[in-house]
Amino acid sequence: MKAKVVAALVLAGVVTLSVPLFAHHGTAAFENEKKVTVKGTVTEWLWSNPHCLLQFDVKGDDGKVAHWVGETQNPVSMTNVGWSKAAIKAGDEVTVTILPVKNGLTLGRVVSVLLPNGKTLISGEGASREVRDEIERQVREGTSK
Amino acid sequence: MVLVPALVFSSSALGQSGRPQQAPVVKDQKSGVAKGQKAAPAAAPRHDLSGTWEPADGPSEGIQIDGVKAMPNDGKPEHQLPYTPYGLQAYKSHRALAGADENLPGFNNDPRDKCEPLGFPRMNFYNLRETQILQNEYKVAILYEYGTVWRVIWTDGREIPKLVDGGVLIGKEVKEPRYYGYSVGKWVDDTTLVIQTTGMMGEDRVWLDTAGRPISDQVRVEERIHRLDHDHLEWTVRIDDPKMYTKPWVAMNRFPMKLENPRRDVMEQYCSLTEMENYNKVFASPASTPAGQKPER
Repeated sequence: MKAKVVAALVLAGVVTLSVPLFAHHGTAAFENEKKVTVKGTVTEWLWSNPHCLLQFDVKGDDGKVAHWVGETQNPVSMTNVGWSKAAIKAGDEVTVTILPVKNGLTLGRVVSVLLPNGKTLISGEGASREVRDEIERQVREGTSK
Repeated sequence: MVLVPALVFSSSALGQSGRPQQAPVVKDQKSGVAKGQKAAPAAAPRHDLSGTWEPADGPSEGIQIDGVKAMPNDGKPEHQLPYTPYGLQAYKSHRALAGADENLPGFNNDPRDKCEPLGFPRMNFYNLRETQILQNEYKVAILYEYGTVWRVIWTDGREIPKLVDGGVLIGKEVKEPRYYGYSVGKWVDDTTLVIQTTGMMGEDRVWLDTAGRPISDQVRVEERIHRLDHDHLEWTVRIDDPKMYTKPWVAMNRFPMKLENPRRDVMEQYCSLTEMENYNKVFASPASTPAGQKPER
């Protein structure tokens, strides 16, 4: 129940921004308090280091397609919050919440992904330390049973 | 290729005490502990660090993105390092991706991003995650998750090699510097191993941390690993590098680790140049472009 509550807080943007999670670089390139939510079609989910990359196409009202690239943390950190290589596949219709880069390009840090099956993956980006710890704890308990 | 140390260890899933590596869970009233609560951890076994350990305050605590845990490069006066003029010059030549002088992802010169070995002591300060410690009567081996890297610490009574021009002196032979140096450990009491390490690569090959602090081939590192009880240890690291710093200082101060389930399968966290180049091309370089410019991707 507590995990659902914290997930809801993240998605609603209620939880204040906190220390960045990234293990590879800082956050100078990003808007750290401005989230964008877009719907699109996954073109690639790359499970790789130093960051996993989610690429997807978003069709605008004018019919033009914008190609987005979202980075998450590395596979180890993403596994700690319940993601996996098999969780997302090309062709999936997804809703992605992202912290965009400052230069206006369609790039950013992924906060969450709503999957076609209704499940939402939370990255922990844009969440407080407490929320991240709770997500990690829930995942660890689930995998260690 | 994943390399495995060719060592035969006296214990694998069990510590040298023969005790499972988890706190026992109370099942009845005989212990006097309420149901559902864990009993207090057992005492630390003597001269035994073996087990799979992870940061006690959460898996992300050992990432140390802004620099060494006890002295992060966050601009606070109390975290300023005592650079020598040469050390400060070396720091300023580093374009780090984190810390007080952070650069954008497309503009850095961290040897890590070329998948060069991190070396020691940086292994302790970069993505210190699930860490396996194995030991026998001659040596202690520390197996890091990042890079599938291990170090061997000799506990057979040998002396720490002497630093000389070109490397270290072992007997009458000068041996080459190593990324992970030459380590010797001594038990100073039943539960504390003090490790001295020297003979590392120079500043042209390695950094101290992700915030771009420097380290040289003249460094002597002292680690103190103290097992508090069966399930917890503290890890302290002291840096003595007269080439870079005017006095010794503590980079990791009693960093807490807790014992994991011995059956836990530790993941790989690796650096692949192929994946790094793809990441830079697809994400880091365009993300670092100044506002208003739209480079081809």
